Amino acid sequence: MTVSFAIIAIITIASAIAAMTLRNLVHCALALVGAFAGLAALYLQLDAQFVGFAQILVYVGAVAILIVFAILLTGGSEPPNQPIFSASWCIGGGVALAVFGVVAWTIRSSHSITHGLPAVTQPSVRQIGDQLMTKYILPLEVVGLLLTAALIGAVIIAMKEEKAK
Amino acid sequence: MGPLSAYLTVSAFLFAIGLVGALTRRNAILVLIGIELMLNAANLNFIAFWRFGAHPEALAGLMFVIFSIAVAAAEAAVGLALIIAIHRHYKTTDVTQIDSMRG
Amino acid sequence: MDQLFVNLKHWLVDFAPLGWQPLVSALISVAAIVGVFATLFAITTILERKGLGRIQNRYGPNRVGPFGVFQPVADGLKAMTKEDIVPRAADKVVHFIAPLVLVMPVFLALAVVPVGRNMVAVDLDGGILFFFAVGAATELSVFMAGWSSRNKYSLLGAMRAIAQMISYEVPLILSAVTVIMIVGSLSTTKIVDAQAGFSGWLPNWFVLTPWGLAGFILFMIAAAAESNRSPFDLPEGESEIIAGYYIEYSGFKFALFFLGEYIGLFAVSGLAITLFLGGWRAPLPFLTWIPSYIWFFAKLFGLIALFIWVRGTLPRLRMDQLMNFAWKFMLPMALVNLLAAGVWHFMEPGFARWAVCLLIVLGPYVMLGRSLSEHKQFGKRIYRYAE
Repeated sequence: MTVSFAIIAIITIASAIAAMTLRNLVHCALALVGAFAGLAALYLQLDAQFVGFAQILVYVGAVAILIVFAILLTGGSEPPNQPIFSASWCIGGGVALAVFGVVAWTIRSSHSITHGLPAVTQPSVRQIGDQLMTKYILPLEVVGLLLTAALIGAVIIAMKEEKAK
Repeated sequence: MGPLSAYLTVSAFLFAIGLVGALTRRNAILVLIGIELMLNAANLNFIAFWRFGAHPEALAGLMFVIFSIAVAAAEAAVGLALIIAIHRHYKTTDVTQIDSMRG
Repeated sequence: MDQLFVNLKHWLVDFAPLGWQPLVSALISVAAIVGVFATLFAITTILERKGLGRIQNRYGPNRVGPFGVFQPVADGLKAMTKEDIVPRAADKVVHFIAPLVLVMPVFLALAVVPVGRNMVAVDLDGGILFFFAVGAATELSVFMAGWSSRNKYSLLGAMRAIAQMISYEVPLILSAVTVIMIVGSLSTTKIVDAQAGFSGWLPNWFVLTPWGLAGFILFMIAAAAESNRSPFDLPEGESEIIAGYYIEYSGFKFALFFLGEYIGLFAVSGLAITLFLGGWRAPLPFLTWIPSYIWFFAKLFGLIALFIWVRGTLPRLRMDQLMNFAWKFMLPMALVNLLAAGVWHFMEPGFARWAVCLLIVLGPYVMLGRSLSEHKQFGKRIYRYAE
């Protein structure tokens, strides 16, 4: 595989491991940003330009900031003094290892594609727009409704309740 | 190991890491971060199969990932709002201590 | 003359061996962008201080060099030689990379702005999306700077700055979406090409249409808020929380924050010029012999002068006034603007089109203005003098 893929993959995996194992919550969130950025670079390597930029815009620009705000609002800025992993971490680790083992074995044993990236023209934004407006119009409208509902719902849930005196 | 297998292996690794975090960390926000990592790993899977698959010009994988990103963002917002509300009530975000149904 | 720099770059790239040519071409573009815009940053600092000084009825800096023109050199020397103080309780790694995370995306954003004919560093198919994506990445650096200093005021400034930037991102993107809708492409070069031609004496720029003018004004206001510039500079208000989120930075890192803010201003002004003011196109038919990059930089200077003028004139907005303005006024106006642009596209050119679109834009403007200001109770002014 190409060198650039190897470097980006290593950076992404290292950031993901850091995001899941660090003590300080804000450091975890910042490592997660690194993982998102690495994934965006992988999407760009796979000629999915629109998705790569959308990933940075949505995940790095919005979801990461949401996570950081939530960490600060729930008092996570100080590293906790209790153990960070729950008591049953062996079982959790074992399950994840089993899942990874099964998936990796499936990948190994299947007929792998050995040629490189097939020559396909990059989908232009116009094509994506056309598809969104003709074939995928129903999911588009439903996602609009979903985002509105999520917006209103999140605000209502997180709002301070006014105690009726 | 061809290029598609390489991308799929990276995706499986990220999924496993997210799964470990979601299952073992104590803080609720880190569970949510693990879930986001799992969703991202699945997105990478979709894009890899779209690119190396049979009909890249049908844009099916791309469309799925676009909608998946939107839905994951909405779900992160609602999940974090829930965690904030729970913290206000229980004064802690430790998932091992939020274990009673009665308030 | 117009293609002078393009030909120069091609001549330089031809010296390199064949396999290395894309890399050399990219490096030359990067060096050109960094060199030109960093020099522009130095010129802008002195222009701003002298301009603000004149607005406030005083001279600006006038000690260093004739009329103070070497002040940026003095500032640069000071920034580079000042001691770099890092608070003991600060988070060292995050404290160190916060300025870098600010400066890198704003320089990246300059890569899709077409500076002249055929003079864009990277012609991406989704250029505008790339621009807004890297713009969103700068908010993270604000948080990192504020949090890593372990200073309550710094964190407070960072939170306010992020809330402000996120709120104003929505009208910014919606105003840009209006132009994208009319042109039908996200590529910056295609947007500039769509504003070609002259109808009579007037150019076909988008700012000379009702929805374009409203969109331009909305875009400019949102851009001022995005780069934390007065009257939206509460997060870095000098008289309130001293420097806000970069209060614990000194020396070169502070200069990097300053640089990042100004380059961000240039990038978003460059985008405004591309979207609304016709990019590098000349305004009158008989002036097209002037090279394209001269027009771009002339327009850029005009916009910078506008920002300096607004900074020296308007008072600062309070935080709740800022947020109300973004969500209750600018967002509905941006949506109405979208509607007006759609109507404009489908009507026949003529007087009726102008009348209808002006009505669509001005009607909600007047109604929103009336309804948002009727809740303010301004009592009779009472003057109290010291006895």
